[in-house]
Amino acid sequence: MTRILVAAIVVASCAFGAAVHAEDSPQFRGVGGVGVAETPLPVKWDKNENIRWKAALPGRGLSCPVVVGKRVFVTACSGPDQERLHVLCYDVASGDKLWHRQIWATGATVCHQKSNMAAPTPVTDGKHIYALFATCDLACYDMDGNLVWYRSLEGDYPTLVNNVGMAASPVLWKNRFIACLETSGASFAVGIDTATGQNAWKVERPKVINWVTPLIIKNHGKDEVLFQGPSDVSAHDPATGVKLWSVAGSFSTIPSPSFGDGLVMAPGGKMQAIRPPSGDDKAKIVWENAKLATGYSSPLVYRGLVYTISTRGIVNCADALTGRTVFSQRIDGTFSASPLAVDGKIYFVNEEGATTVMQAGAQPKFLSVNNLGDTFLASPAAAGGALYLRSDNALYCIAAKK
Amino acid sequence: MRNLCVSIACAIILLSSRASGGSDLTPLLARIKAVASEGKGNPAASAALKELIKQGPEALPEILGAINDASPQAANWLRSAVDAVADRALSGGKSLPVKKLEAFVRDTRHSGQARRLAYEWLVRIDDRTPDRFLPDMLDDPGAELRRDAVAVVIKEAQEYFDKEQKAAASAAYRKALTHARDRDQIQLIAARLKKLGVEVDLTAHFGFINRWQVVGSFDNKKGVGFHTVYPPEKGVDLAAVYKDKDGVALRWQEHETKLPLGLVDFNKIYGNLHGTTAFAFAVVTSPSERPVELRASSNNAIQMFLNGKQIFGREEYHHGTRMDQHVGKGILRAGRNEILVKVSQNEQTEAWAQTWTFQLRVCDHLGAAVPLVVEKK
Repeated sequence: MTRILVAAIVVASCAFGAAVHAEDSPQFRGVGGVGVAETPLPVKWDKNENIRWKAALPGRGLSCPVVVGKRVFVTACSGPDQERLHVLCYDVASGDKLWHRQIWATGATVCHQKSNMAAPTPVTDGKHIYALFATCDLACYDMDGNLVWYRSLEGDYPTLVNNVGMAASPVLWKNRFIACLETSGASFAVGIDTATGQNAWKVERPKVINWVTPLIIKNHGKDEVLFQGPSDVSAHDPATGVKLWSVAGSFSTIPSPSFGDGLVMAPGGKMQAIRPPSGDDKAKIVWENAKLATGYSSPLVYRGLVYTISTRGIVNCADALTGRTVFSQRIDGTFSASPLAVDGKIYFVNEEGATTVMQAGAQPKFLSVNNLGDTFLASPAAAGGALYLRSDNALYCIAAKK
Repeated sequence: MRNLCVSIACAIILLSSRASGGSDLTPLLARIKAVASEGKGNPAASAALKELIKQGPEALPEILGAINDASPQAANWLRSAVDAVADRALSGGKSLPVKKLEAFVRDTRHSGQARRLAYEWLVRIDDRTPDRFLPDMLDDPGAELRRDAVAVVIKEAQEYFDKEQKAAASAAYRKALTHARDRDQIQLIAARLKKLGVEVDLTAHFGFINRWQVVGSFDNKKGVGFHTVYPPEKGVDLAAVYKDKDGVALRWQEHETKLPLGLVDFNKIYGNLHGTTAFAFAVVTSPSERPVELRASSNNAIQMFLNGKQIFGREEYHHGTRMDQHVGKGILRAGRNEILVKVSQNEQTEAWAQTWTFQLRVCDHLGAAVPLVVEKK
């Protein structure tokens, strides 16, 4: 098991509690939000082979499926103005729909045509599912689909609107639901009490639209939640929201940072590796690499290497500790989804429905290209030896049939 | 512990309510409807919801009815209760109170959202429900029920068209156009009618204003103009002469746009300016007092005023447009009414950030143009 996965599991066990396990995929990019899982997945599939099940969805979504135990959750939106917001729960083994809940959008539904109102990925602690939508509607359900609490964040903060479409996913830390909602109007990060849905803390953020998902890291035994904005990466105490440290620079407002080998990989026009503060050493950027720039997808740190995929399909790989480029290789397709590493292999899902599987390592070795002929913008999720792919209209569970 | 106490309190309220002979659900529904901003009231509402979803399906009409006067936040709590109660009933082999739900759907005094929710549960248990309901719903005050009713007529029209029965197709499309309120349906119908040789003036159909008095440009460098109260915002005098920051005289001028759907392009009037603000003003005469919506779209920061009162403001630049993206609600007086629009352009230099436009229409809550006359200067 890699150091990254160990670190991710440690963070996850602290962040989510005992109900979430390493086999689960509880949030955007899975355990720890770093896009790494361990249980082997199929390497080859097509419309007939290794599709355990496929479920039709009631509408579009960019959100990833999240998986905990025997349940997989996904969000969607529908209606002429995307005013219907859906939360669906399926059985992992059979694909049977266990429940389906809807809420009415209370916030603005205008967005870029590539996005939609089900852009943020939900998050689960294994006891509840927290579904945030681009309308800033936020609903907490129990595992059986009973509403526990609900917030209309745009109702609370009426200028919390981004007409390109909000998309940052939330994270969980202990009893805090944490979201970073940055717009040219109301702009803030918030820690919400998971029991009541009420604000535990709220800190102002720059009034610039931003789609970056927060990242929770463990720095010298203490959990920190990182927010990446266009001009800095800042770390906050997830319990209180108090700012702990920051590094100034020019960073992306779309792909999200990742963490591995003690470094925060902060994407932007160039990838910048940030070493968090240690003792008297302040946080600092330890290397930069312009070749690792990405469009929409987030970086992957895996077994000592950092991988990125550009929108046009250039896979770039560099040494995670030094930033030295290792290889650059084109694969087919247009890419929005972030890469996923499982069992020594890396999965790149393109928008046209083809997933390229590559052997992880310094030499690019491609193992398969698996085409489903559907439109995929959501990042893949892996849990319990199954790969979950979410297209514009369906959820696929890719695994050997039981 | 706190949640446990709230749950016990809810249970006691429920039992005492039953003992007194009042509506069982009233106190629970009241706790849910009391939810307020920033999660205020959530613990009490959550405990009430737990009790509510233990109810049998006979409780559905009352829960649905509570949506009528609920806030948007509370409405989402209540719809979750409806779904949970109905789901549990069906999965437990119980039936839903079909007659009461049908009566609820047909009673247009109820909220359109609540009626639609009830309708969808009826569809879930009987897929012939649309055939029974939709033919009578072309004028429904609920947007979604009306939309589905219109969709049935559009489908009929297309079937006539496919059989080359052009007169019948045209009549059916015209019928659909009369009742349609959603822009995608209206635009689809207009496109189909065009194929049949019938032109639809969408600008008029939607109720876009295409004749304005305009004045500009005022300063908006560094975004100051959006927040500055310029003279037109204190009261419009079409004979007034204002001065810009350099002392240049600014006068109102008439502008009638020929662009589709009443689009006003300030760049065409004032040149490709940046860090600037302009106003558009129209006087409309209404035959009666009525609630009204001013619906606008713009890629720029925009404010709307009705009879001197600001009813909408959004300081956001070049983040995307969609027809009707901005909605300001107000009351149109019988007789003369003043509509003022303030549109601010920022200083971005990117090619995609050069538009300085808006469009505005006056309509009811469903999107139908309201009868009014736009005065000439």
